Amino acid sequence: MKPIRTIIYLILGVFFGIALSKGEAISWFRIQEMFRFESFHMYGFIGSAIVIGALCIQVIKIFQIKDFDGKDIVLADKQKSTWRYLLGGIAFGLGWALVGGCTAPLFILMGYGEYSMVIVFVFALLGTFSYGIFRNRLPH
Amino acid sequence: MEFLLAPWPWYVSGPIVGATMALLLLFGKSLGLSSNFRIVCSACGAGKKNDFFNFNWKNESWNLVFAIGCILGGYISMEYLGGDHLAGISKATQEHLAQLGITSDSHYVLPTELFSKDAIFSFKGISMLSIGGFLIGFGSRYAGGCTSGHAISGLSNLQLPSLIAVIGYFIGGLIMTWLILPFIL
Repeated sequence: MKPIRTIIYLILGVFFGIALSKGEAISWFRIQEMFRFESFHMYGFIGSAIVIGALCIQVIKIFQIKDFDGKDIVLADKQKSTWRYLLGGIAFGLGWALVGGCTAPLFILMGYGEYSMVIVFVFALLGTFSYGIFRNRLPH
Repeated sequence: MEFLLAPWPWYVSGPIVGATMALLLLFGKSLGLSSNFRIVCSACGAGKKNDFFNFNWKNESWNLVFAIGCILGGYISMEYLGGDHLAGISKATQEHLAQLGITSDSHYVLPTELFSKDAIFSFKGISMLSIGGFLIGFGSRYAGGCTSGHAISGLSNLQLPSLIAVIGYFIGGLIMTWLILPFIL
């Protein structure tokens, strides 16, 4: 990876981290509120991200825009299945609501100085490792 | 400057997230933070034990850089952009949480009852964080992505599997919030 690219990915990460923290997506309280349907905030946040994202993707597709290396932008279709998405999704959702944060906020909160997230991170690694071990026995 | 320091409304922060995803595409990458767990497992040598982690993680190291950017972004928000002070949540949620014994100021990101130093080293605290972390790591890989990979990238690209995953996230989240948390908090 070229050094300039490394800096760009770092800056994009910083941008993403700031947007999520200033937009309150890292708040434990907001996640509780979202699952209790007591405010529009998180739905507006995720919804507007999807709308802007979908518009950008349509523009990329219609005008066949290439990436900065001149290669085609390939948006691989997600593999078709129901069980893995549903069961994996439910497991993830249980964890999301229990900790009050998903993957990106976990990293952002570490930057906030919330060291409890280090524990979450270590166990998330264990969870991912366990998936690798038991993958062949799970319905996909 | 005042505007930067105050909490940002969803219609400012949400579109920035969508735009970041699109910018990543222009750099030939796709947004998805949970892949980093697999990358770290592989970098730690898990590939020797299991084929799932036997891939050239260095090709994916941009994602680790992005995650480090997220950590830095959190630090910058905390130190220079108004810190741990949010707009706060609805009264209804506040009252509900108070009934469960969570009376921390909702203008902060995490309640001290669950995430302070004392709380995380109690049996309840460490169980919540470790089980929650495990489920996040296990579930995101099983479902092939987390909120950034499925809810934002996948739904933006109108992928049915991502919709199924997001429905799954909500089923799990609702079960936890409505049926389990009231008993364990």
